[in-house]
Amino acid sequence: VDLALSEEQRELASSFAGLLGRASFPDQVRAAEPAGFDAALWRNLYETGALLMAVPEAQEGWGASMVDLALVAEESGRWLAPAPVIECQVTARLLARVGSPPALEALRAVLEGSRLVSLSLHPARCGVAGLVPAGAVCDAVVVLEGDRLSLVPSPDERRRPVANLGFAPLADITLEDGGELAHGVAATGAYELALDEWLVLTASALVGIGAAAHEAVCGYAAERRAFGGVIGSYQGVAHPLAEDATRLDGARLLVQKAAWAIDTHHARGRELAALAFAFASETAEQATYQAIHFHGGYGFMLEHDVQLFYRRARGWARVWGSADDAYRRAAAARYGSSERRSA
Amino acid sequence: VDFAWDDKAEALRTEVREFLHAHLTPDLEEELYESGVSHDDVFARAMGAKNWIGADWARDGFEPLDAFGVHILTHELTKADAPVYLVSTSMMVARVIRGVGSEELQATILPKVVRGEVTIALGMSEPEAGSDVAAVTTRARPADGGWVIDGQKMFTTNGHIADYVFLLARTEPESERHRGLTTFLVPLRTEGFEAQAVFTVSGERTNITFYADMFLEDRWRISEVGAGWSSLMLALQDEHSAPFSPHLDRLLERTEAWATEPGPDGAAPIEREEIRRALIRAAADLEVSQLLEVRSTWMESIGEVPVAEGPMSKLYSTESVVRHGEALTAVAGPDALRSRLDPTALEGGLIEHALRYSLGMTIYGGTSEIQRNIIAQRRCGLPRP
Repeated sequence: VDLALSEEQRELASSFAGLLGRASFPDQVRAAEPAGFDAALWRNLYETGALLMAVPEAQEGWGASMVDLALVAEESGRWLAPAPVIECQVTARLLARVGSPPALEALRAVLEGSRLVSLSLHPARCGVAGLVPAGAVCDAVVVLEGDRLSLVPSPDERRRPVANLGFAPLADITLEDGGELAHGVAATGAYELALDEWLVLTASALVGIGAAAHEAVCGYAAERRAFGGVIGSYQGVAHPLAEDATRLDGARLLVQKAAWAIDTHHARGRELAALAFAFASETAEQATYQAIHFHGGYGFMLEHDVQLFYRRARGWARVWGSADDAYRRAAAARYGSSERRSA
Repeated sequence: VDFAWDDKAEALRTEVREFLHAHLTPDLEEELYESGVSHDDVFARAMGAKNWIGADWARDGFEPLDAFGVHILTHELTKADAPVYLVSTSMMVARVIRGVGSEELQATILPKVVRGEVTIALGMSEPEAGSDVAAVTTRARPADGGWVIDGQKMFTTNGHIADYVFLLARTEPESERHRGLTTFLVPLRTEGFEAQAVFTVSGERTNITFYADMFLEDRWRISEVGAGWSSLMLALQDEHSAPFSPHLDRLLERTEAWATEPGPDGAAPIEREEIRRALIRAAADLEVSQLLEVRSTWMESIGEVPVAEGPMSKLYSTESVVRHGEALTAVAGPDALRSRLDPTALEGGLIEHALRYSLGMTIYGGTSEIQRNIIAQRRCGLPRP
């Protein structure tokens, strides 16, 4: 057991923190609302290698581990980056994993920066992929229909951007016939693994969101005075914040373990990925709620940055599902599917 | 980042499990539960023979365990509910004696403690001083050649069978709080000492101990006169690193074993949605508890002091045992009421017992409220209440 980050990993995290902190928070985050996409930031991230790093060296990427990507994702969350880093990284890795000629061709375009390809987090229903992350700004989306994985173009006439709680660039996309990337077990297996990766990286972003909101409210509670004292000295305020600090640390450790489990092809990878998402999601919801609440009326004002975290702690996660959905996925991995048993 | 245990750690885990298989027999387990006393002389000496009491101390002929080795040892012993309470408290005091005690005390007491031959109970809490240890009022008055002790201590667990009690007393009459305190090692065969049994919800026996005009030679003093508080900190450091996640591990393992067995109607409880939900939430909290604990150990291994991280792991692990003791006994239905050692009980009653057993954990070693205070101050940067 060794919980130390390497020198390179610390540099990676701090370089993304520098880039996102400088370029995006909070003015650019607000300026990008409600569309939730900052094209200049996205270009900047692309040029820094945010996509290349995620792809294995065999496909000419930099071969970053999931632990590395989780560090980047935490910074994306912390600075509320209005750029679809996680979706696009996971999709690029999915294309590389599928490895069929059309998948590799799409991957080449992604790595050249000429196409933005995202992932539908739910199987298509009635010819529509709903609430596709980055769906409002992508050129194409990878969709699973039955056991067929395909790459479907998403031109403006076939998508409807959706105004949403988290100010994310979501869209409902009406599918046309796309090019098949894979089918059968190869397709569903690769897709499920992509979902595992999305869950872990999003969980990491949620830790970043929760931690940033928590730091903000602790700073406020250490200064704001009421009833003759600093409010952070009252245990009704201090103890919930201590609980959040504890859960945030726990969530970060669980995310790292899940990322490590995927990197090492550990048998519990799927279970841990879903647990990390469930736990991080509940933790970020609680921490951002508390952050608004202990700011009093100020936290409720749109003008105050703390509401930015509250929205995204929910929006970025529930585009896939709730903590309960993730617990169900974890239980299926740990105990076997309940539907199969009862069938 | 690496979350895997290396071969050396796994070999130690196997060794501890084999030891437990040989020495923690079902008969002994039943006897321990019936008596409510988490100690057995034979078991303690067998541990001593393995160098597992104070396993991180260098001793002739043994290689001391590193922080991760101690972590695995204590987790395995705790998960098996092995009778280690009294050897643990003995070691807490041994660390104080080694830190600040006289050469004579070190020479006579320490070798016997690590062999499991001498045991020491804790005499810190009082009727009016629990988590707030600095409120103690038990007095030690200077007398010719020693001290006269008067007072009363609460929760002196094993005070009826130990060889000594580690006593925190006020040696400076009008002193307040942390000042004017001194620590002593009191031989329990001394005249003026009395232990009175107190039984608890978990089934554990503890004691109220009385000290009436008890004369104690000065050679039994551990700390410098008036320096008791700082010597106490050496003991508490140890208490903060005790693992609690193994109790949740045991509870979850037993409940999963029950849930995967087909019931009378042929269906296993695990097929029911509410059972799966309760179990998987416990599994998540077990992961988090274990990770917070392993982080504290890792920090120690690189020479860092887990000032806020130790309290975080104690808080999260103990609160999780309480939460899931409640949730899992509830979801297991009426049969979960059948008690430990009742022949009809689920999993030998270990599920039912976990609920009662959990109640002490969020109290001793500093209540959850104390842990939250420390985290709020040391991690969140909030002022003292």
